[in-house]
Amino acid sequence: MNGFGRRTALAGAAGLLAAPALVRAQAAGVKVGLVAVLTGPQAALGTQLRDGFLQGVKHLDGRLGGLPAEVLVIDDELRPEVAVTKVRAAIERDKVDVVVGVVFSNILAAIMRPVTEANTFLISTNAGPSTFAGRGCNPFFFTTSYNNDQVHSVMGQAAQDAGYKRAFLMTPNYQAGRDAMAGFKSRFKGEVLDEIYVPLNQLDFSAELAKIAAAKPDALFTFMPGGLGVNLVRQYRQAGLANIPFLSTFTVDEATLPAQQDAALGFYSAAPWAPNMDNPQNRRFVTEFEAAYNYVPGSYAAQSYDSAMLLDSAIRRVGGRLADKDALRTAIRAADFRSVRGNFKFGANHYPVQDFWLCQVAKRPDGKFQTETVRKVLENDTDPYAAECRMR
Amino acid sequence: MSTQLLLVQALNGLQFGVLLFLVAAGLTLVFGVMDFINLAHGVQYMLGAYLGASFAAWTGSFWPGLLLALPAALACGLLLEWLVFRHLYDRDHLSQVLATFGVILFLNQAVKLVWGTAPLQVPVPSLLEGGIALMPGLQYPVYRLAILAAGIATALLLWLLVERTRAGALVRAGASNRPMLAALGVDTGRLFMLVFGCGAMLAGFAGIMAAPILSVEPGMGDSVLILAFVVIVIGGIGSVRGAFVAALLVGLIETLGRSLMPDLMRLFLAPSPARQAGAALASMLVYVAMALILAARPRGLFPARAG
Repeated sequence: MNGFGRRTALAGAAGLLAAPALVRAQAAGVKVGLVAVLTGPQAALGTQLRDGFLQGVKHLDGRLGGLPAEVLVIDDELRPEVAVTKVRAAIERDKVDVVVGVVFSNILAAIMRPVTEANTFLISTNAGPSTFAGRGCNPFFFTTSYNNDQVHSVMGQAAQDAGYKRAFLMTPNYQAGRDAMAGFKSRFKGEVLDEIYVPLNQLDFSAELAKIAAAKPDALFTFMPGGLGVNLVRQYRQAGLANIPFLSTFTVDEATLPAQQDAALGFYSAAPWAPNMDNPQNRRFVTEFEAAYNYVPGSYAAQSYDSAMLLDSAIRRVGGRLADKDALRTAIRAADFRSVRGNFKFGANHYPVQDFWLCQVAKRPDGKFQTETVRKVLENDTDPYAAECRMR
Repeated sequence: MSTQLLLVQALNGLQFGVLLFLVAAGLTLVFGVMDFINLAHGVQYMLGAYLGASFAAWTGSFWPGLLLALPAALACGLLLEWLVFRHLYDRDHLSQVLATFGVILFLNQAVKLVWGTAPLQVPVPSLLEGGIALMPGLQYPVYRLAILAAGIATALLLWLLVERTRAGALVRAGASNRPMLAALGVDTGRLFMLVFGCGAMLAGFAGIMAAPILSVEPGMGDSVLILAFVVIVIGGIGSVRGAFVAALLVGLIETLGRSLMPDLMRLFLAPSPARQAGAALASMLVYVAMALILAARPRGLFPARAG
């Protein structure tokens, strides 16, 4: 409560100080509202997202499409009602031209209408729920990440390609967990030995690990975000199960690897991007990001960096005329920028059509851990909902 | 399900129960003796884990980390007692809940400021690395057996302290009739500080022991706290013996329920709904057990000899 008072006071003070600058910026600048979760247990992900976008703006010398850029960082606190209030204020009071960011789907769902109904463009750099990919697609909404289902299905395809016959599935018992299993099974045609659902606040996996050992599967598929994944990975290794391939989504990534370290070595994940991708823009992004923020960037950072590059290309294309929404939409849709993942274009539903990779955790010569691409699993993959979208 | 798997699951349950006991022992002492609801007990567990992780990283080994973190956890507990809790002993339970909840918010945020939001890792001490093959394909980590041993040793030590020493007699007396104890000339303020310090150190010890298998992150104490409260309510508030029995019971119910429930549900339902319903039921099982036990014995399994 005290924190709230202080924050409001600070925001007020910042508003007063920024007022003259604002007027100038409005004349010829572009204002971006950057929404990320920066407090609470998931703050590490929001921090990655924020730093990725800021690094992009830094590479563009503080400009987007030639216009001086002002970035308003908004902490959504992973609370939908807070996100809505702050985003509304950013649109109505601060007059942001575009809203970027969002780690979690529930926050995206909450701010979707307030942003798009104000005819403001919303670019998600992580959350990619199926709700806005199919019938709910929106002319003011783009995402530079993926549809979540795609990532799980990539792992299913990878398991299929590797010739695994018997898989064991384990996810948390909530909507995203059930979606993960469905996504995996959409492409995996072998036998599913068992499916385990664990509570979201599970601490100790010993009971599940004993079951996995008894079932002797060819591979384990799991989706355990955040701290769940840290616990599972370390206990899996300690139980001597690491000889069973560990196929995962959102479980071993650059946000959790600092805590998992050697325990995650050799474990698999699926992604459209990995820090080791060999193209000039990615090498520059990773090197300079690490120099600036002193940690290995994950997909949250990379996709946000891409969104800065995307905005830059679109604003340049319309010659800085941000008010012409239709032209700006066409320009964003063109995706005329060099993505850190190489291949990148938008589908009809404004979700990317892109390649997906099987990645594996590796230790770099400097002792830090990162995911590295093993092989391309899907090429130019369109999400399964795109056909349902009737974009107005 | 084979007998072998069942035995392994029972061992898993006991080990989880012992970990819960380490957290719950301090909580039940503080609650029972001082009639003080300390929601902040969970953050003391978290603080212990963080201190252990930092000291282990600083000294490069788990053991000196453990030795340094214990007095540090004690110091943190005493500091909190002196700053906040001692002003609350004579207040009603609502004030205690509010104030200690405030301490949770404050410490969770403070931990984030000091250590950052990303989870930390503590390596398993090399002495206890590796595992014992209990069934084909499954290594039972030696470290988990060490937790089991540490928990049982702590339980014995606490029992000796409470039942066989003068300080323990005072603690028991405090639990059953505080005004009388004060009237007999015992400095209850000092006694409470001692009990509170012990409780904080126990929570910290649990945190350090859990650090190599669980992730050390802000808010890690909150989920443990709920189970710890279930344990002390089932065991009888203020009773160390009750906390031990109840912790093992809760650990077993949790673990066996999680592994057996989905299979059990499959007798009645199709596989897919059986799995989801089984998982949902398994997470309720502990609370159902608590309700049943309280219905039969409203003051818990081993009520402290309180008036």
